[in-house]
Amino acid sequence: MAQKQPKNPDKHSTFIPKEKKSTKPFHKTPMLDQLESGPWPSFVTGLKRLAHDNNMMVDLLGQLEHSYTTRKGYWKGGTVSVFGYGGGIIPRFTELMGTDGKPMFPEAKEFHTLRVQPPAGNHYTTKMLRQLSDSWKKFGSGLIAFHGQTGNIMFIGSTSENTQHFFDEINKYGFDLGGAGPCVRTAMSCVGAARCEQSCANEQKIHRVLVNNFIDDMHRPALPYKFKFKVSGCPNDCMNSIQRADFSVIGTWRDDMKVNQKEVKAFIKSKSRKYVIDNVVNRCPTKALSLNDDDTLDVDNRNCVRCMHCINVMTKALKPGDDKGITLLIGGKRTLKIGDTFGTVIVPFMKLETDEDYERIREIAANTIDFWAENGLEHERCGEMIERIGLVNFLEGIGLEVDPNMINHPRTSSYVRLDEWDQEAEKWKNRKQQAAG
Amino acid sequence: MAQATTEKPATPRSPIESGCPDGFQYMHPLMIKNYGNWAYHDRPRPGVLHHVAKSGDEIWTVRVGTQRQLGPYEIGLLCDIIDKYGEGYVRFTIRSNMEISLSSADKVEPLIKAFEEAGYPVGGTGNSVTMISHTQGWLHCDIPGTDASGVVKALMDDLYDEFIKEDMPNRVHITTSCCQINCGGQGDIAINVQHTKPPKINHDLVANVCERPSVVARCPVAAIRPAMVNGKPSLEVDEKKCICCGACFPPCPPMQINDPEHSKLAIWVGGKNSNARSKPMFHKLVAAGVPNNPPRWPEAGAIVKKILRVYKQDAKDWERVGDWVERIGWPRFFELTELPFTKFHIDNWRGSRHMLNQSAHIRF
Repeated sequence: MAQKQPKNPDKHSTFIPKEKKSTKPFHKTPMLDQLESGPWPSFVTGLKRLAHDNNMMVDLLGQLEHSYTTRKGYWKGGTVSVFGYGGGIIPRFTELMGTDGKPMFPEAKEFHTLRVQPPAGNHYTTKMLRQLSDSWKKFGSGLIAFHGQTGNIMFIGSTSENTQHFFDEINKYGFDLGGAGPCVRTAMSCVGAARCEQSCANEQKIHRVLVNNFIDDMHRPALPYKFKFKVSGCPNDCMNSIQRADFSVIGTWRDDMKVNQKEVKAFIKSKSRKYVIDNVVNRCPTKALSLNDDDTLDVDNRNCVRCMHCINVMTKALKPGDDKGITLLIGGKRTLKIGDTFGTVIVPFMKLETDEDYERIREIAANTIDFWAENGLEHERCGEMIERIGLVNFLEGIGLEVDPNMINHPRTSSYVRLDEWDQEAEKWKNRKQQAAG
Repeated sequence: MAQATTEKPATPRSPIESGCPDGFQYMHPLMIKNYGNWAYHDRPRPGVLHHVAKSGDEIWTVRVGTQRQLGPYEIGLLCDIIDKYGEGYVRFTIRSNMEISLSSADKVEPLIKAFEEAGYPVGGTGNSVTMISHTQGWLHCDIPGTDASGVVKALMDDLYDEFIKEDMPNRVHITTSCCQINCGGQGDIAINVQHTKPPKINHDLVANVCERPSVVARCPVAAIRPAMVNGKPSLEVDEKKCICCGACFPPCPPMQINDPEHSKLAIWVGGKNSNARSKPMFHKLVAAGVPNNPPRWPEAGAIVKKILRVYKQDAKDWERVGDWVERIGWPRFFELTELPFTKFHIDNWRGSRHMLNQSAHIRF
C-alpha cells in the first residue's frame, strides 16, 4: 500500500504548493476533495496544483465540481484550428451560464484540447517530456493526458488564441497535430521490435509510411468519418487493432515457429508436465501441439493459426519463425452506427521488406481510403460501408482477389445468383498456377 | 500560464506538416541497437520486465501507474526520478503506464523505491489488474454521462493491491466510458454509461442549431423525423423505437440525452483484443441500472470487485475473463456473481440469432 506519511512531502504525488500564484480565489470542491484520498495518484490533487498556478484551472475545478454535483457535462464544441489546418483541435466552450447570461467560470470559458501525434510506440526522452511540458505551461493550462484513446498526446486547456502560439512552438521542434473529425486519425503502434521478441514487423516504419502518406487527409477533414490505422507487431494485438482500427496491420510469420527443445525440457522441469499439458498443449486452439514422452514438443505448423498463446507462456522455448510479414484486416470499430464490428482479413499475408513492399501497403491503404471516400455515406465507418455493400464489392473496388482466409466458412444461404461461376473458377485456377510459378 | 504575448505576425506561419515524428530519436540506445533482434523475456517481479537480445544485451523495464493527466509538477517529479535513477528514457503503454528502460539490473530496485516514495505504484505487468483505460468525461467531453478520471481513481484505489501484484489467472484489462460510444474500448470488464431515456428536445433551438437531414440520417434505428412543432421546423423522436444511444446529440445539442437522474452505469465483461487461444471477443452486458454516483461510484465498484473475486477463485491459469465464462457458461457466471439475468441480456437486434443457444448443450 502507499505510504501514510511521505518521507519527502515536497516530492510526492500528494504535494500541494504553499504559494498561490493564481489571483482568483479557489472554489469550494467538496465532491472532488473526496478523490484526493486513497493510494492511487490523484488527478484532483494534480488539478489543484495547477490551480495554484493559473486562474484557468481555478475555474476549471469550479466547473468540474459543478458537474459532479449536478451529474451533467457542460462543454460544447465549435470551430477552432490553426492556420493551414482544418482539424486537430477539440474546441470546448463552457455552456454553464449564470442568471446574468455570462459564464459562471469565465477563466475556463474556452478550454480547448490540442491533439498531437506522439512517435510510434510512445517513446520519449525526459528532456523531450520536459520541453513539451514547458511549452504547454507557457500557452495552456499545463495539463497533458498521456495518451488519449486514439493515441494522441492531449494538451488539455487552451484559449482559442493560444492554440496557434503553442502549435507554432512545438511544430518548430518536430511535433505535428493529429486528427479530429472526419479524417485520417493519429495512429498507434506497440513497442514492438524496439523491445519485444514477439514482434514480426517494423512498427516504426509501417506506422510512419501509413500515416505520413495521408497527412493531408488528417489535417483537412473531408472523409465520410474517422479512419484509424493501428499496428501490432504480433497477433497478441496489444494495440486492439482488430476491434478499434479501420485499417489493422498485424505482424505474423508463415514458416515454422521455432522450438528450442532444450528450453522446452527446462520449462517442464521448472513447471511440471501437468502444467504444460493443461496450460500449453490443451490450450492450443487447433490442437497443433503434442508433448512427446521424452518431454520434447511437436508442432503441427500447417495447422498452427499463429494465436501466440504457447509462445506467450514459454517465452524462452518458443518463438515466431523467420519468414515474417503482416496480415491486414479492415473495418474494426465500436458501437455506432450498426453495432460493433471486428476488422476482417483482406490480406492474409504479405512481406514487408523492400521499398516495393512498403509501396504496396501504402497503395492498399490509398485505394481503401479513396474507395470509401467515394462510396461511404456521411458518418459511415469503412467497416459499416463494407457491411452495407458486401466484402466482395469492396474487394473489387480496391483491386484485391478473394481468398478463403477471409471467411470463417462459405455461405450457407442457397439464394444467390451464380451467373459467372465458370469464369470465377477459372480465375482461381489461374491464380493458383501463377502462384505455383 | 502566461497570456499570449507574441505579436501577431504580418503573414501567418505555415505549418510544417511533419506528421508522426521519428521514434528512434527518443529510444533507449539498447532498443536502437537491438531493434528487431530480441530473443526472449521474463518477469523478475511484478512491475518489472527483463528482455534479452540475441546479441546478449539485456534491458530492464520498470512499469509505473500514473493518473494519465499530468501537469508540470508531476512531469518534473517523474522525470527527475527517471534522470536520477534511470537513464532518461521513458515510454507510455496504451493504458497510460510509464515504462522506464534500464541497462542494468542494479538500477531496478532503487528506481522502484524512488517511485514508491513519490507515491507512484510499480506494477501492471503480467496477470495483474493494470491501469484502467479511460476517456475524458466531465473534464473535457461534450457528451459525457459521467466522469472518467474520477471513476478510475476510485476503482484503482480499491484495486491498488491487484495492480502491484500478479495474482489474477491472467491479465485483466478494465475500461470505462462516459457514454455508449465506448471510447474506452473493449475490456475484460467495462463500466459504461447507459442512457435510459430518449432525448429531451428543445424545439425552440433545433431550427437554428441543427442541420436536420444529417440528424435524421445519424439515427441508427430511423426513429427521428422532421416535424413542425409550435409552428417551428424541428425534429421529433419515435420514443418507442429510440434506443437512447445519444447519436443525435453531437450534431444537434438541443436533443439533450444526458439526464442526471436516468443516466445509469452498465457493466460488461469478456472483451479480449488478443488472438491468443480464442479469436478476439467483444464484451457482453452483465449488469445495468447501476447508479451514476459521484464522487466514488461505490455501487459500480462493488460489482466490479465481486466479478474479479469470483474470476480469481474460479478461473484456471491463463484464462481471461472471456475465456473463463466460455468454459463455465453464462448460467454459472450469473449464479457465481449473483447478478440478475433479465430479458435485457438477450439481444433482440437483427442478426443476433448466433447469440442464442442453437444446441442441446446445457450444463447442470
